Amino acid sequence: MTDTLSNTHSASLERTKLIRAGLRRRHMSEAIFRGLGLAAIILALGFVALLFTDVFRKGIPAFTQSNLHLAVTFDPTVIDVGPAPARADFTSEAEYNAASLKWQRDVALLNWNTIIEQSMRAAAPAGYEIDTRALLTIPETDARHRVRAMFVENPALLGQTVDVDVLASANATNWIKGNINRDLSDAQQQLSPQARTLIDTFEANGTVSNGFAWSIFTNVDSRAAPASAGLLGAFVGTLWMMLIVVILAVPIGVAAAVYLEEFAPKSRLTDFIEVNINNLAAVPSIVFGLLGAAAFINYMHLPISAPIVGGLVLTLMTLPTIIIATRGALLGVSPALRQAALGMGASKTQMVFHHVLPVTFPSILTATILGVAHALGETAPLLLIGMKAFVASVPTTPFDQATALPVQIYLWQGNENRNFFEPRTAAAIMVLLAVMILLNGVAIYLRSRLEKRA
Amino acid sequence: MDMVAGKVKMTQQSVNSAMNPTDMLERPIRLTAKDVTVHYGQKQALHGISIQIPDRAVTSFIGPSGCGKSTFLRCINRMNDTIEGAKVGGTIKLDGEDIYDPALDVVELRARIGMVFQKPNPFPKSIYENVAYGPKIHGLARSKTDLDEIVVSSLRKAGLFEEVKDRLNEPGTGLSGGQQQRLCIARAIAVGPEVILMDEPCSALDPIATAIIEELIDELRENYTIVIVTHSMQQAARVSQKTAFFHLGNLIEEGVTEDIFTNPVSKQTQDYIMGRIG
Amino acid sequence: MNALIVAALLLVLLGVAYQSGWSRSRNLVTAEGVKVHSRPQYHGSYVAIWAMLPALVILGLWAWFGGGITHNYTVSQIPQDTLLALDQVQLNATVSRINAIASGYGIAGEIQPFEQSAGDALRSFQMLTFLGMLLAAAVAGGAALLYARSRVTARLRARNAVERFVNIALLACSAVAILTTVGIVASLVTEAYKFFTFINPLDFFFGTVWNPNNAGTAGNWGSYGLLPLLVGTLMITAIAMLVAVPVGLMAAIYLSQYAPRQLRAVAKPLIEILAGIPTIVFGFFALVTVGPFLRDVGGFFGLSINATSALTAGVVMGIMIIPFVSSLSDDILNQVPRTLRDGAYGLGATKSETIRNVLLPAALPGIVGAFLLAVSRAVGETMIVVLAAGNSPVLRGNPFEPVATITVSIVNQLTGDTDFAGPQSLVGFALGLTLFVITLCLNVVALYIVRRFREQYE
Repeated sequence: MTDTLSNTHSASLERTKLIRAGLRRRHMSEAIFRGLGLAAIILALGFVALLFTDVFRKGIPAFTQSNLHLAVTFDPTVIDVGPAPARADFTSEAEYNAASLKWQRDVALLNWNTIIEQSMRAAAPAGYEIDTRALLTIPETDARHRVRAMFVENPALLGQTVDVDVLASANATNWIKGNINRDLSDAQQQLSPQARTLIDTFEANGTVSNGFAWSIFTNVDSRAAPASAGLLGAFVGTLWMMLIVVILAVPIGVAAAVYLEEFAPKSRLTDFIEVNINNLAAVPSIVFGLLGAAAFINYMHLPISAPIVGGLVLTLMTLPTIIIATRGALLGVSPALRQAALGMGASKTQMVFHHVLPVTFPSILTATILGVAHALGETAPLLLIGMKAFVASVPTTPFDQATALPVQIYLWQGNENRNFFEPRTAAAIMVLLAVMILLNGVAIYLRSRLEKRA
Repeated sequence: MDMVAGKVKMTQQSVNSAMNPTDMLERPIRLTAKDVTVHYGQKQALHGISIQIPDRAVTSFIGPSGCGKSTFLRCINRMNDTIEGAKVGGTIKLDGEDIYDPALDVVELRARIGMVFQKPNPFPKSIYENVAYGPKIHGLARSKTDLDEIVVSSLRKAGLFEEVKDRLNEPGTGLSGGQQQRLCIARAIAVGPEVILMDEPCSALDPIATAIIEELIDELRENYTIVIVTHSMQQAARVSQKTAFFHLGNLIEEGVTEDIFTNPVSKQTQDYIMGRIG
Repeated sequence: MNALIVAALLLVLLGVAYQSGWSRSRNLVTAEGVKVHSRPQYHGSYVAIWAMLPALVILGLWAWFGGGITHNYTVSQIPQDTLLALDQVQLNATVSRINAIASGYGIAGEIQPFEQSAGDALRSFQMLTFLGMLLAAAVAGGAALLYARSRVTARLRARNAVERFVNIALLACSAVAILTTVGIVASLVTEAYKFFTFINPLDFFFGTVWNPNNAGTAGNWGSYGLLPLLVGTLMITAIAMLVAVPVGLMAAIYLSQYAPRQLRAVAKPLIEILAGIPTIVFGFFALVTVGPFLRDVGGFFGLSINATSALTAGVVMGIMIIPFVSSLSDDILNQVPRTLRDGAYGLGATKSETIRNVLLPAALPGIVGAFLLAVSRAVGETMIVVLAAGNSPVLRGNPFEPVATITVSIVNQLTGDTDFAGPQSLVGFALGLTLFVITLCLNVVALYIVRRFREQYE
């Protein structure tokens, strides 16, 4: 007994010494490991920060745009066209329509650039020498359409002088904002020296000023007039698709989840469906695009580039997410509630629809919004069903040609005028991110509200 | 437990003969706790516990569940440090050294005060690796033969060697529950601790495995200071020399095991022993 | 307008049917005073379902076939000799002119007499068929309504019937998932099969040259070797995993084991923001920021790194996958029972020793599963690669050079083209099939491993 006692005592002293000897090294490696973990967090958060600051730094300037304040004179010598037809002069609607179309065509054939040129020269210092082509590189090419539209709207303007704000062209905007290096040689500049000097003069005399770029929100895409290119068409296209996703994916997804979780007998078939859904959730999005191209467009002959096809493809893509999330929510409902409902004599269907579903409503809602937000940002499948076609109109039905916000970003980033479109692409990304953050915010807000009430 | 009362009584006789009460009281004090409090966030789990734990004897903590006995046990090797929001107050001294002294290294402390848990928790490694893990991280073995020796002797001390000597390389999780718990005891012994804390080590085991462990605890008492938390009064009576009764985060009564069970001072202790609370 | 009328008809039918079932059921209760099996709502729903089904079937048939019938009618209104003189494009133009006349808007140019008469005829035809269809739907719905109403008796088990209907409807919804898979497999396989009638599968799967001749004709289709794309895909995936795995895993470890609660509450959602950012945004970021940055860094060290390269795309894809890896790893680390960690702490292991020696080995299968899911995601990622990988389908092993991947080539070969006549576009489906099989295998294995892992600790 005494022997063991002294033995263990000395042994324990010995052990303590050994342990102490290793402690420094061990604590060092602990600190390194912990440091690596912290570094990983900082790195990950740094990426988030970097990505956002980068996009914001590039995108925020694009929300201001240069405008030209011109005094436009509707010169009767240039606008050499008869009066607009009036409905009263014609016996039938069709005849009136035909005459009016003809008049509009005549108006369109006039040289409206001359009107713009005249007003530009009026704003320039007297006697400033610049040829017409160089002069017309300063306003955006859609300026003449705007002035023409004003005239078609109100033919009484003939002979009058009106103040009109038109957009500066993309190249002029680049020059004004310094998006292009001002020190580059003439050969590398997009604008002639005369045009550049004139722009500087305009800036000095107030003809040019910067304002908020409403066109981003109010215009559709444009190739001929890049400075006027906007997101409205893409935004509406996206809205149509989201509408379809919400109308189809949510009821089908919730119904499928309810069936699988509450009604389905445990069988090979339901096992198969379950495996199937889990796999579908991990199938690359581009494969859904292939499905859309082959099945919806090639086989069913649904219209190409239309939100209806995009919506269907995104619906199929979003379904697994919604089903999985809803099942998770249903699984979380306590058995006590189910038993209470069944114990009151409710049928299984009544139990599910009257008691279980309402409890899970917040989670289902959140999952749905997140799923829709995810679908909103998808690009690849939409490219395959032709939604990258250039569309310069707002789709009025889901069967019209349209594009979508992320696809618009894709199209803009590929534009040759990088100096102008890089900021504008970043601005479009900001709009997309804003919509997504808004959706996520709404989801979080609703969940916390509904859960508090429940 | 009651179903196997016969078996239990039999082991009780063989076990509880080694030491008489006076002998126990003469033992040197190994651990001294003074006014130990524990808060989990806002909630206070322990209200000023003071107790002395004798060297090379078994001290048991009993009390109804949620009484703070496990919490106090986990203070002794600072396992509460790993729980977020836990705050420990007061002092606990091991051989006169404050274990909550900031200068003291908790890694070293835990090497000196080992622990065995409620549920057997062998690592998902081989039996050999399970036992060798502690000596390895602490650098206790100078060579492979050294390590082999530590593993074998630890398994022997835990009474497991004969059962597993042919399958040291098989996973520890493949053993039966009782064997797993003895493996965990061997794992704790391998580091060469002075104190072994046991948190309801038999609660997940069947009566036969329990009896074997209890026997083992009695053997280990010769070389180690043992503190055991148990929800079973019979177990406390069988294996321990000193018993402390906890209730609602307070230490109600402590003393020689026999005294506590035959002659409790406090009414709460009496109620608990009579089966009226908990 | 037409859609509104149809919707109104359906709503009216629904309302009337429900109401009549409901009121009849109420009368049963009050008049006969007997015990009625189901409550009035169920009788209402019962009649409503009966009434809606035939109406919906008729409307559905019309939606499916109506367009074709109208088109044929329009064509039949064009005089035979005119018709013969028109080619397909002119025919389509003429048909849309006739449609425009029928809809009442003026059209540009002279209206030919036959166009006018065809337009008028089409107008009345459209009116008639629409009214006929409405009438048919209404009559069928009404008849079904009356029949169902007559069946409403005290003993009718309306609730059971309605619930059976609900059950079937729910089952149909779950079947959509299977239909989707079937649709994917069927469209990929049939179109890929068509591709393989042009190109030998061996030349596709083992070819080392990717050079489709997009203007090619028979005998001159170009080369469709998969290997350059596969190598590009694997290279980018490997780079992405090299970025995502260490960062994601360490982030998960730090967040779940070390970080104080406040930091975790902030950092976790912030990192998950990365997961919600559309991939096109990452692509833009790669193209305009990361690529030039890597090129400059390479230049500093005397390395020639292309701004658009496997490295650029891989790094950014890795960033994109970080939250995916970290949240999956986090889940899995949390599944490891606390007792194991306590066991190691109780022996005096430091935190990092516990994590490295106990936690990670125990979580290994689950983490491997998570990595496979991440790999599958990287393989199928499209937009980052389209924008930032440089699209150069040449077989080479230098990550600093531009590459092309399977997904990029799908996009290149198939955007907006629905004339799946030649291998140029059909190859998209062969590539898609390859991609689908690769990711499917990864997913099945990964999901199996993760599932087994979960069961182990349940």
